[in-house]
Order: sequence, then C-alpha cells, then structure tokens
Amino acid sequence: MTTLTARLKGHRGAAYPLVMLVVFFVVPFVIMLSVSFFSRDDGAFFQPAFELSNYSRFISPFFGKVLLTSLTLSAAAAIISVSVAVPFTYFVTRMRARWQSVMLVFLLSVLSLSEVIIGFAWSTLLSKTAGIGNLFVAIGLMETSQSFTPSLGALLLGLTYLGLPYAVLVLYPALSRLDPEIPEAARMLGASPIRSFFNVVMPMMRNTITGALILVFVFTLGAYLLPQVLGRPQHWTLSVHITDQAIFQSNLPFAAAMAIFLMLVSLALVGISTLLGRART
Amino acid sequence: MKNTLKSTSINRRSFITRSAAAGGLLAIGAPSILRAQADRTLKVGTYGGYFQDSFNEHIFPEFTAATGIAVESIGEPTGEAWLVQLLTAARAGQAPADVSMMAQVARLKGEKAKLWAPLDEAALPNAANLPDHFVHRYDDGTVNGLGAVAWYITLVTNTDVYADAPTSWKALWDPANADRLGLLALATNSFLLEITATTWFGGTQILDTEEGILQVMDKLAEAKPNVRLWYRDEGQFQQALETGEIPMGQYYHDVTGLAASSGKPVRSTFPAEGGVLDSGSWCVSKASDKITESQEFMNYMCQPDVQTKLSRFVGTAPTVRRELTDLTDDEYSAVASAIDPILPRYDVYSDREDWLNQKWSEFVAG
Repeated sequence: MTTLTARLKGHRGAAYPLVMLVVFFVVPFVIMLSVSFFSRDDGAFFQPAFELSNYSRFISPFFGKVLLTSLTLSAAAAIISVSVAVPFTYFVTRMRARWQSVMLVFLLSVLSLSEVIIGFAWSTLLSKTAGIGNLFVAIGLMETSQSFTPSLGALLLGLTYLGLPYAVLVLYPALSRLDPEIPEAARMLGASPIRSFFNVVMPMMRNTITGALILVFVFTLGAYLLPQVLGRPQHWTLSVHITDQAIFQSNLPFAAAMAIFLMLVSLALVGISTLLGRART
Repeated sequence: MKNTLKSTSINRRSFITRSAAAGGLLAIGAPSILRAQADRTLKVGTYGGYFQDSFNEHIFPEFTAATGIAVESIGEPTGEAWLVQLLTAARAGQAPADVSMMAQVARLKGEKAKLWAPLDEAALPNAANLPDHFVHRYDDGTVNGLGAVAWYITLVTNTDVYADAPTSWKALWDPANADRLGLLALATNSFLLEITATTWFGGTQILDTEEGILQVMDKLAEAKPNVRLWYRDEGQFQQALETGEIPMGQYYHDVTGLAASSGKPVRSTFPAEGGVLDSGSWCVSKASDKITESQEFMNYMCQPDVQTKLSRFVGTAPTVRRELTDLTDDEYSAVASAIDPILPRYDVYSDREDWLNQKWSEFVAG
C-alpha cells in the first residue's frame, strides 16, 4: 500500500496532463462516438441504441464525393499555405530581431480574426460592387468590374489565409534555429542562393514542413463557414454537411457518425504521411 | 428607429433558424417575471431574443392588466431543441413553460408524440378569427394549438438592376437571370419545393408522394444555373441584395420592406402564385397544470386588435383575417398580401424528414 502511494506521488506530475486529456478529449470523444451509434428519434433528438445505420447512410457515392472534396481542398490549402509560408518565414528569420517581432505580432493578430470575419471580408473584397475588380478597372486591367466569388479560387484563397499563420508559427522556431553558417557554407561552395535554399535548407526542414502541412490540413478540414461563403455548393465540405445535420436537421447521430468518419480518415492520412516521412529519413 | 427594427428583425429570424442546436445541450433560462404579485401566473415560452423582448414590451403587460394573470416570460430555442426539452420534462411531469410558441415542424412532432394538451374549443371563442390552417387539431378534431405569429417569404429584387418588379416566381427559372439569384440553402427553410410545386404543378399536392417530390426537384434543378448563392445566413444575402451583387432571390417580406423604407434599392414582390407564409403556433404542454390560464392567454392572442398590434410593433403578418383588423392598406402591405399564400407542407418535412434532407443535399450540392 505504501509503495503504491509512493508510486502515485511520483507520478503526480503526470496525472495533470492525463486528467486534462481525459476530461477534455477522451470523455467528449466517447460521448460523440456513442451518439454516432444512437438511433434517431422522430419526436426527440435520439435514443440510446447500437445501430450502424448512421454509418451505412454515410457510405454512399454522394458523401464519398463530399469527403473527397474536403480532403482535396484541405490538402491544396495546406500545400499552398506551406509553399507561401516557407520562403516567407525564412526571410523573416533573416531580418533584424525587431522586425521579426513586428512581423510575428502582425501574423498573430490575423489569428484573432474569426472564420466569419475572414469569410465575409474576402467575399466583399472579391465582389463585383465593392471588390478588387473596381481596382483592376481603375488601373486599366479590366473593362468592367466582375465578381470573383463564389468560386474555387476564392475558397482556396480564404482557406490559405486561414492556414498561413499556423504554418508560419510551426516553421518559425525551426527556421530561426537554423545555423546561418550552413547555407553560407553552401554559398561558399558555389551554390546559388536559390539552390542552397532548396538543396540545403529545405531537406533540413523536412520534418517541420511535414508538421506544418499536417497542421494546416487538419485545421482547414474543420472550416465550415468559408465553403458556404466563398464556395459553390459543389465545394461544400463534409464540415458543412455535418453542420447542416447537427444544427438544422437536429440529426446528431448522423452528424456524429460523419465527424468520426472524417476524423478517422484524416488520422489515417496523417499517420501515413508521418510514416512515409520517417521511412525517408 | 427603422434601423434598429431592421437589425432586430434579422436577429429574430436568424435565431429561429439557427438556435436549435445550442439549445439542445444547454437549458435556456433567464425567465423574467412580470407583475409577480398577481395570484395567477403563466409561463409563456417565446423564441428568445427579438420575439421575447417584443412580447415583454408590447404584449404581456397588457395581457396581465386585462386578465390578472402574471406572465413569466421564458426565452426558448426554436424548433426541436425546445421540443426535446418539453418532451423530456413532460415525462418527469414538469412543464418548463405552460404555453410555448412552436415552429411548425416541431409542433407536428409534438403532436405525433401527443405532447400537446387537448384544448377546450369553448374556451377559445376567438379561434374563430383564425383561418383553418392556424387551428391545429388532433385526428379526433380536438384543438391542440393555435397560430401565434406569421411572416412571408417573397420574391425580392434590387431596384437598380431590375427597373420593373418581377410578377411571378417563374423569374427564378428565367435564363436571363443566370448566376443572379440568392436562395435559402435548406428545404425546410426555403420552401422552394412548395414554390416550385405551386408555380409549375398547380399546387403542393404533388408533394404527397416521393415520386412527386423528385419530379418537383427535377423542375427546380432547371433553376440551379441561376443560383449564385445558397444562403443559410440572412445577413449574407441581404447585403448582397442591397449592393446589387446578387440582385434577385427569396427573402423575408417585412425585413425587405424595412430596408427599402430606409432608402436601400430593394423591393419585395408578392408573385402571382403567392408569397410563402411561415409561422409559429401556441401549444400547451400536457404536463402543465395551467390549462385554463393557457387557454385564456391563447384566446387573448387571437383578438384582432392584439394581432394588429403585433403587425405594427413586431412586424408579423396577422394570423386573423384582414377584415377583422384596422390595419391601413400601407400597414397591411408592409407585413402581408391579399394574394393567397403558398402554405408550407410541414407534414412532408415531418413525415419524410431524413429522406427529404438527403435528397435535398444531393440536389443542391450534387
């Protein structure tokens, strides 16, 4: 008995994250998982039960297409965000410390904008009546103003805007720790700046870049407002359909089943990409 | 003043369409007791936010003065969240509210579950002021609810882009309007099936069968290339309509009228086929021990002058027949129209809910 208390005492520090994890992650997840097997009730929300109908309803060509759309959109947003973020962050880390903090504070302030504000701001910026089309007309690029939203491009722009700060925040520590002598050595051995960036800096950053890709990918998978505001119905992601079921149709079991499915698929993809990354290194 | 009313009107409906989910998990509270010194009390649930505030201000104090019944005003989430709370509470013999304002699909589900207390028609003489579609009955003819508030969804246009008002819902199908429409995104709040059925199939009877519904969807699909925005959020469409970005669509008659009267280039038109009349109804939980007071309240609310007041101060269409009210032509046309309304087929949404939602999702996003 005394040894057990002693052992527990020793693990007191570990108990804290464990409790947090259980309370804020495991319990809600288990609730969602159980609801996904519940039976939808006509008069009420749902009844405790164990049925697979919510999952079988999801397995259809329609939702398959929606899932594929979600994954493709998020993957594209992740790739674009990280492609923009890598050179951006690299140059920021080469700035003087004061400018670095200015840039980072600016980026962090973008994080304070909600998806709603970002969505509506972009839809106004891309509109025919108040948007950049008018600017293009003014500088003679276009004859008459036109609207650029809703469209796939507008949606990707919005998702990239949402994901970029996260990508930068993941890349920044690693890139700022990068010893400047390494690319300099490459330069001295005759590599051009671009070549030293791609052949020396990028390979060293591989794991961080994978991490940034995964973070943006997973984060944009949850976007449900931007696809409604900036996209057309064929760009509505699974998150939009989950919201419809949960909020408008009060079909929580089906919404939960879709959410679980989305989570499993994205976990699998993340797992695969991590494994691939490890195999290469 | 107009502006405040406008923004609150938007809040009201956003609340109606969106509040259901949150409410399912959180009990909605903050009851405010008006005139608690009276001996007789009644808990009345109205949609929280704009409706509750308006009723607290314009309706409940006078009801208490007229009947001596104090009202405890309960803000409720609309739709099914409140229905679930009422059902669960009724199983335990409790009534979180005696009388509740219910959205129609939720009301029908409550009816199926026999949640609503049967009411004594003799105690509701003013129900005679209502058209039949606002007097809800069980199969045996017993009254279980009465229309409370109503509002119209109409065809709206930007007046800068459309010099002449459209006259028919057929404008939604006009190839000249390609990529110019804003429509509500869900079957259950757009009522586009009813609009299509009335416009092209002579009425909503075709929605009785699944084949009929699919036929109507096929017809509606012809209008899809015209749709630029399928909106869930009203603010999103209203702004686009006012700027002319999306110059035509379906929207709420009263809110459009208020925007027009504050100088925005928009108009609301009742098409020849009629505007869509959506509504909320009063129902009494069977667990309530205040049936008498509830009936007194519902009877009071069906008086023409109370309905007139609602039209003037809250912006709702009167549930009683127009000739019973003393609304001027202007006041009446600000909230309603003499053209026969398109009545939503709530029964279809309640009976074929999941099937219809699935088909609708595939129709819009497919």
